[in-house]
Amino acid sequence: MRPNRYPDNAWAAILLAVPFGGLVIFYLWPLLRTVLLSFSEGTAFTGYTITGLGNWQRLFENGDDVWRALVNTLVYAAIVLLGVPIAMVIAALLHQRGLRGRSFYRTLYFVPVVTMPVAVAMVWRYIYNGDFGLLNEVLDAVGGPTRAWVADPDTALYAVAVVGIWMALGTNLIILAAGLEAVPQTLEEAAMLDGAGPVRRFLSVTVPLLTPSIFLVSVLSVIGSLQMFDLLFIMLGRTNPALADSKTIVYLFYEEAFVRNDRPLGAVIALVTLVVTLAVTAVQFRLQRRWVTYA
Amino acid sequence: MRDRVRSRHLVTHVVLMAGALLMVSPFLWQFLTSLKTLGESTRVPPTVLPSSPEWGNYSAFFDVVPVGSMAVNSVLALVLRVAGQLLVASLAAYVFARLRFRFRGPLLAGFLVVLMVPPQLFVIPQYEVIRTMGWLNSVQALALPGMFSAFGVFVLYQFMRTLPPELDEAARMDGANPWQIYLRIILPLCRPALAALTILTSLFSWNDLLWPLIVNTVPDRMTLPVGLATLQGAQGTDYPVLMAGSLLTILPMVLVFVLLQKQFIRGIAMSGLKA
Repeated sequence: MRPNRYPDNAWAAILLAVPFGGLVIFYLWPLLRTVLLSFSEGTAFTGYTITGLGNWQRLFENGDDVWRALVNTLVYAAIVLLGVPIAMVIAALLHQRGLRGRSFYRTLYFVPVVTMPVAVAMVWRYIYNGDFGLLNEVLDAVGGPTRAWVADPDTALYAVAVVGIWMALGTNLIILAAGLEAVPQTLEEAAMLDGAGPVRRFLSVTVPLLTPSIFLVSVLSVIGSLQMFDLLFIMLGRTNPALADSKTIVYLFYEEAFVRNDRPLGAVIALVTLVVTLAVTAVQFRLQRRWVTYA
Repeated sequence: MRDRVRSRHLVTHVVLMAGALLMVSPFLWQFLTSLKTLGESTRVPPTVLPSSPEWGNYSAFFDVVPVGSMAVNSVLALVLRVAGQLLVASLAAYVFARLRFRFRGPLLAGFLVVLMVPPQLFVIPQYEVIRTMGWLNSVQALALPGMFSAFGVFVLYQFMRTLPPELDEAARMDGANPWQIYLRIILPLCRPALAALTILTSLFSWNDLLWPLIVNTVPDRMTLPVGLATLQGAQGTDYPVLMAGSLLTILPMVLVFVLLQKQFIRGIAMSGLKA
């Protein structure tokens, strides 16, 4: 008798029934439904019927909102990416041998990661306030520029991105610290014996060996940034004059699908997000060959 | 030599301390503001310390929105979502990591595909499913889609694959069936991964805004983040109360983090998530 290649068919079916059922109802069917909705017309009351490419045509003919939101989101993601070098420097400082208080620092840098974005966005909105915000007071004291940071279309998105960097720093730090653990100490020591100073050692020894972690952090940072919603939703209220120019793609999705209740357009925007996320990630994986070294 | 190391560490400490101060200063400002009067909070130049602490701002938060029921909703949604996710994800991960059956590849691919797709692609139909069931404005509406998240399956699958296959084989010789092996052998060994998943799922659930904002629109049924958002809409300028309320809602997770720091950090490192 031939041994059974699939001895567990029955058990697999029983144990997977609930998880797979849930996957189909809440994820796989929705995926298909969103694609179908993007080709449909109608409202929640009349129901939706598939009519063809109308929504996509709208997107390409007068989808200025969507394109602007897309650009905003990419700009936001690019700025938040600047947090990666900052995290690298801090991770390297924390990694020094014999440094005291390492876990103390790590705790403080990590707190923003566990705090609710809605709550911290409210704090930052208050700090950014143009009339009595803390930031303007500090900048005024040192002779810097002051303005209504989140009510000004020229600065609102950047102001939110600074908060994005602040929130992501802890996560980046943890992943980079794990990468640093894997860098052999002997290489650093060899460089030290050759007379390389700390900065030189960091740039010429640590960073090249850390590139796989840096790559991982960058990819995760961009994917996370493309999802930005909470910070914008709170920091720029509905009446904010800068909102129209600063919407991100997920914000626009929420607005079209659940405030204006234009579900088909919402579906189109969601699919645009998918395409952009895949494209940006693919570009990162392509570029990786130029700068990431796997030891 | 030793002196040089020490002075270098001194510079390091100055830099790290300055950075740490920048990281926590928003929270300090939040706390100080939460104890000020409305007048003090909008004064120019700002008052740093409140003249006399206004603890009443904290109780005022409870008067403006139904904070009690919102907190209950947040907690119930978290418990339900975490419990469901642990059960669902561990079952699926076990089947994929330890059993041999037909269509294993395509079924696993079904889970992994979902992992790569941005959440917005699911949201509209998920909302329709919940509405069709008549579950809008309920606790299960908050918890349901997240319970079946493929993220947990992936984390546990990665972990279970590293356990030696001899475990299952020995148990099978002793006559155990797959359910028993799952329950008595594999699950207990997965405790670190389950702990990490619990922490991350709790964090997602507690802090989430978009989904609760969409499905639960009645004030009594809202979660805390949504409640805070509506509070800001209603009393956008009462900063002391806003700061008191936002401080109260972040406190539980910060406390859990301080207590379970190691597990938190392992969870992040394990999944690389929550960017």
